Amino acid sequence: MSKQLYAHTERLSRFIIRRDRIRIPIWLFSLTIASVATALALANLYPNQEERQAIAKTMINPATTAIVGPGYGLDHYTLGAMMAHQMLGITAFVVGIMSILLVVRHTRADEEHGRIEIIRSLPTGRLSHLTATILVVCGVNVLLAFMHGFGLYLLNIESMDLEGSLLYGAALGATGLFFTAIGAFFAQLSDSSRGTIGLSFAVLGLAYLIRAVGDVSNQTLSWFSPFGWVQGTEVYVNNYWWPIFLTVGIAFVFIILALYLNVRRDLESGFLPSKPGRKHASSFLLSPLGLNLRLQRTGLLAWSIGLFVFGATYGSVLGDTESFFEEVEIMQELLRPKEGVSLTEQFLTLLMTIISMVCTIPALMAMFKLKGEEKNNRTEHVLARAVSRTHLMSSYFIISLVSGFVMLSIAALGMGIAATTAMDNGIALSMFMKAAWVYLPAICVMIGIAVFLIGVAPKLTGLTWLYLVYSYVVVYLGGLFQFPDWMAKLSPYGHIPKWPIEDMAFTPVAMLTMIALVLIGSGYIGYNKRDIAG
Amino acid sequence: MAILEARRLTKKFGHITALDGVDLEVNEGEIYGFIGPNGAGKSTTIRILLGIIKADGGEANIFGKDVWQDAVDIHKRIAYVPGDVNLWPNLTGGEVIDLFVKLRGTKNKSRRDELIQKFDLDPSKKCHAYSKGNRQKVALVAAFSADADLYILDEPTSGLDPLMERVFQECVMDVKREGKSVLLSSHILSEVEKLCDKVGIIRKGKIIETGTLSELRHLTRTNLLVETKQPIKSLGELKGVYDITAQGQAVKFQVDTEELDSVIRYVSQFGVIRLESAPPTLEDLFMRYYEGEAHAERAGAGGAS
Repeated sequence: MSKQLYAHTERLSRFIIRRDRIRIPIWLFSLTIASVATALALANLYPNQEERQAIAKTMINPATTAIVGPGYGLDHYTLGAMMAHQMLGITAFVVGIMSILLVVRHTRADEEHGRIEIIRSLPTGRLSHLTATILVVCGVNVLLAFMHGFGLYLLNIESMDLEGSLLYGAALGATGLFFTAIGAFFAQLSDSSRGTIGLSFAVLGLAYLIRAVGDVSNQTLSWFSPFGWVQGTEVYVNNYWWPIFLTVGIAFVFIILALYLNVRRDLESGFLPSKPGRKHASSFLLSPLGLNLRLQRTGLLAWSIGLFVFGATYGSVLGDTESFFEEVEIMQELLRPKEGVSLTEQFLTLLMTIISMVCTIPALMAMFKLKGEEKNNRTEHVLARAVSRTHLMSSYFIISLVSGFVMLSIAALGMGIAATTAMDNGIALSMFMKAAWVYLPAICVMIGIAVFLIGVAPKLTGLTWLYLVYSYVVVYLGGLFQFPDWMAKLSPYGHIPKWPIEDMAFTPVAMLTMIALVLIGSGYIGYNKRDIAG
Repeated sequence: MAILEARRLTKKFGHITALDGVDLEVNEGEIYGFIGPNGAGKSTTIRILLGIIKADGGEANIFGKDVWQDAVDIHKRIAYVPGDVNLWPNLTGGEVIDLFVKLRGTKNKSRRDELIQKFDLDPSKKCHAYSKGNRQKVALVAAFSADADLYILDEPTSGLDPLMERVFQECVMDVKREGKSVLLSSHILSEVEKLCDKVGIIRKGKIIETGTLSELRHLTRTNLLVETKQPIKSLGELKGVYDITAQGQAVKFQVDTEELDSVIRYVSQFGVIRLESAPPTLEDLFMRYYEGEAHAERAGAGGAS
């Protein structure tokens, strides 16, 4: 019996590890390094207790609680308590993403591509492949737990002892196990890898949302979410271990369920009926613009939600800028206070720089989709019909431009809403919007560069991203590194007036717009002249 | 009247010469078979004709308009099926067909549903779930439900099963009956032989042979199987005889079409018991050029390819 089900599980596990011998270490090391680096950064930023207590005060507001969780030990805010409060929930969320992607990759995605069929035709057990996948991803999470535990402990930070650090790691690992189980479970229900990922991510997002709503309104609700359990460990404060066992136990139930369902079903089928798609296109789809909107819909929606939360994160701390800056030295260097303007306003303009740069990313991605489509041989379908190249490029350009504007507005809105709820003497919402919109010309220049490169030098489009990173370093971190002024002036973001602390300067804004127009124009001309690869 | 005319088309990709003076002419109501080995320049030619890439030299007109300058106008009257059909994974086949038909500018719904049924395609499935053949069907249904004057088909049947191949051939014959023209690039020589009025063979970026099938057959050899009372003496020394193999009492060989008369006269002296002849197939023709190339390469500088 067990041979029928599990033959060669070990060999398949090794095979999966070999296939992911680069992917798994990348996940493990980048997560661990990110956590350790954050802990170090926190220790450097807030070396003494008064500073930390000041931060603790800024953390007690609904927006922050919704995003990172309620926090424990706020009245004695040690570095450990800080780390667990600000990082554990978010990191656990990323670990959930990792586990789902790894599991689906080796279960439903392999099945969809007909690879499981080949493996099942060999003398392997019926459950071997699923079991091997679960074993490997669980192993990855156990490893992650230990790497975090020892990594954080070895920093030798007083409030981060061995037990607390191991519990921190275990909390992440347990969340990983939980979502490994969820991924394996939905891989039996849905009959496509897209469907499996969609359902699993829905559970992940819902779990985080339940926790967020619960933490803000009624704590009992949070206990219906695995993220509530993880934070219930009160790492570095009270170190409760039982929520870990609860999480792992429930994960185990889902794993058993997944295995049971897998034995019961036929290969390449799913328990959820796959609903047939549309037989006819809606009239909305029937143009290049409609097609692109449809293709980019999910991505743009995800970015909007993400940027709203991103803006809200910054907005929620904005109200406490003053106390924040008095206490924390390094922030003063980043900002270099000016006479006659409030620190809050000054901080606002700095935040707008970073927000505008992040909002440039989805705008550029929307534009570069044109190149991606060409690479996938799909522009020829459109160009071989009665659609001109100008028309095709415009349908991407419009989405790029509009998404730049919308993303910026959404992020500013998130920031404004969070700030006005958290702040007593609130800045008007319209001011947030205007402070963000002054960056539109800079975003236009970036889109212009993208259009230009797609039209004239499609192999060099990667330079746009490099330029964005350069802009981030010199404009945002320029104050910190004390770069000379001209370096910031090489970036379009360096020319944007820092409204409202500076006067609105129209000359640079007009110049940037001109440059953007020239770039876009030459990009269009180039695209109309060059060979299309496919 | 020529619907499609290409003269001395050249195209270079870096140092590689993809096309080296390609001439092509497709007349109204004609099915033109465009054949040649992989990498000979078929798809490059087709992409130039579609205005997706620009020729370095020569000129190409469709409906009397320049393929590069007037691409959009030309495309309103063209239906195209690419060789490698990549579709958007999250759209259904039905959505893609509607999109393609709409982007051309006309719409013919009744034909669309009829074709979907004929090709046995499930239009409610997402494209990521389609096999290669099914993706090809999507492109074919979109092409044939369009009311085009010229159909450009780049190896359209490479993923279809024999049953669907026949459906495809019916569709081609249907549009021919309506007086439309077709440029069919293909590897399946039997298909070209069955459908095409005219054939062009491309090799290394040059059209090396073009004409109607019967014209081309003059250029090739007839297969003969002869059994005689006495063995045929010194058959191999005759002009125009190749590839002699003994088959029991009989011999099998190939004869140049222009030497057929003298060879038959010679052979008849030995008392013919059985004589079977098979017409030259396009495959023979194709293989002859193909082998010619291989021979030439072997004889050359050691087959550096």
